[in-house]
Amino acid sequence: MALSTLSGKRIAGKAVSGARPPRRVRRQLPTSPWLFAAPGLLITGVFILYPFVSTVINSFTDRRTLIPGQFVGLANFRELLHDDMFWIGLRNSTLYVLGVVPALVILPLLLALLVQKNIPGITFFRSAFYTPVVASIVVVGLIWVWLLDERGLINSLLEAVGIGRVGFLSDQWLLLLSAMAVTVWKGLGYYMIIYLAALANVPRELHEAASVDGAGAVRRFLTVTVPAVRSTMVLVGALSSVAAFKVFSEVYLMAGPSGGPAGEDTTLVMLVQRTGTGLTGRVGYASALSLVVFVVTVALMLLVLRADRREET
Amino acid sequence: MSLAEKTPPVREAPVAREPRVTDEHGRRVRVWELVLRYVLLLAVLALTVGPFVWQLSTSLKGPTEDIFSSPPKFLPSHPTLHNYKRVADTIPVWDYAFNSLKVAAANVVTNCVGSALAGYALARLRYRGRRIATLVFILAMLVPVEGIIIAQFTTMRELGLNNTLIGVVLPGCIGAMNVLLMRNAFLNLPYEIEEAAYVDGANVWQRFLRIALPSVKGTLAVVAIFAFMGAWDDFLWPLIVLSDPSKFTLTIGLNYLHGTFANDERLVAAGTVIAVAPLIALFACLQRYFFRGVGEGAVKG
Repeated sequence: MALSTLSGKRIAGKAVSGARPPRRVRRQLPTSPWLFAAPGLLITGVFILYPFVSTVINSFTDRRTLIPGQFVGLANFRELLHDDMFWIGLRNSTLYVLGVVPALVILPLLLALLVQKNIPGITFFRSAFYTPVVASIVVVGLIWVWLLDERGLINSLLEAVGIGRVGFLSDQWLLLLSAMAVTVWKGLGYYMIIYLAALANVPRELHEAASVDGAGAVRRFLTVTVPAVRSTMVLVGALSSVAAFKVFSEVYLMAGPSGGPAGEDTTLVMLVQRTGTGLTGRVGYASALSLVVFVVTVALMLLVLRADRREET
Repeated sequence: MSLAEKTPPVREAPVAREPRVTDEHGRRVRVWELVLRYVLLLAVLALTVGPFVWQLSTSLKGPTEDIFSSPPKFLPSHPTLHNYKRVADTIPVWDYAFNSLKVAAANVVTNCVGSALAGYALARLRYRGRRIATLVFILAMLVPVEGIIIAQFTTMRELGLNNTLIGVVLPGCIGAMNVLLMRNAFLNLPYEIEEAAYVDGANVWQRFLRIALPSVKGTLAVVAIFAFMGAWDDFLWPLIVLSDPSKFTLTIGLNYLHGTFANDERLVAAGTVIAVAPLIALFACLQRYFFRGVGEGAVKG
């Protein structure tokens, strides 16, 4: 009689008039809640939580793909400290965060301001700017490999203008920069939509008051818009820094599986993929590398969110 | 401009009825500002859509046409589908596309069913351990996939599912974020209707299927679209789990094409167009849900 399987506080006074409190009656189908949740819990348990636990355990072993490993204590982590490739990967992934995040916090905001005003055809532009988000990273990577090719469109234009051809994909640093540019290019539309939602909530009285006070467009941007969307900027910063540190596909496609000249463009996740897969994969060592990725990712998230809180208080 | 008509503007008042152009507050936009805006919009348009157009143009240029000329030639002088035929001769591209389609379709079905069920259990059903179940999904959402991908691979090997399409689908087949999205959608429904159905004797499955589920169609559509896009576009996981070329998905096949025929730009261009065209078509039809998904996902993520 009582709504035992419906949860929530609103039930009691509503349908159950004067009856016993609903909690005392046992549910009619005691197994059904678990039946509902079971597929999701099973998949999450087997393919997310169990792999996480086994990553931690494996990182203390010398397990390989075909050989069950033995406990080796902190040997993997000690090896890590002396592995040049690890430091190269850590450097590149960190540089990636430093290069990509400021661009992805600021440029989409400017873009959102550009498409915010409802002028004719604006929905077309909004959709068009979102297209790179929809495309697969592989497609995007290959499009830019061709655009930045020694004989590709961008170099043809540079030559036509008289600058001459640039080896975007052969120099270690230009390669990394180009990959960053591609990441930013692909992310612009996504964060633009997030900013658009935030901008819609900025009270226009603030803009009007600032206008009356004689503030120009730049000043209004800095004193009205930026403070109003600050929490969204922090969110975008958190999302984009986590994604940037885990970069794989862009660099893999543009620099090649071995990570550019002498492997100097290898990122941390590329190193994980290279070390841990295949029939000779060093699962133990790759797990130790993965843990570094995990710890830095969580740390980045906490760092950005804490910076937000400190500024607020 | 057909795209423009289909999309409702994101959250703003409709354009004023008067013929002259006004902004969102009904004030008139000055002409020079309007010109400046359109110039900027077109510049960004060239930057964001231009590369796709260039790729399409390259894929349509025949073997005798110079694709390296400087200054570049933007339009093919003799457009031909020759390169698309060559892609199909070089790699089994239609099989790969079919594999991608199978993976994406399976991912849509499992995510919609699994996350709707689990979301309903988290939002509406009362049982011991509900908080723990919710916490499991929240924790799972925070785990970066890249950090556990090697262990996912060894798990797949233990299950004997590596190098199968099922292995490609399984790890993401009920995304924790989708479960939480569905949970929030169910929580936002009013209780009263379900109470009425309960009083009328509807059991939990009937309430779920007939009352709750039809009310969250929008969120379900968002889950479906992002599941499709995620599976179709995924690269790192299929790259790790698939080693047999006959099982490749389109993205892995493209990577293979690029690795083997990197110097044949027309060929690679045709391959990328095949891979991206279905998603752009899907996006053009269902933009509303793509944009909605960004908003909901960001708040959660």
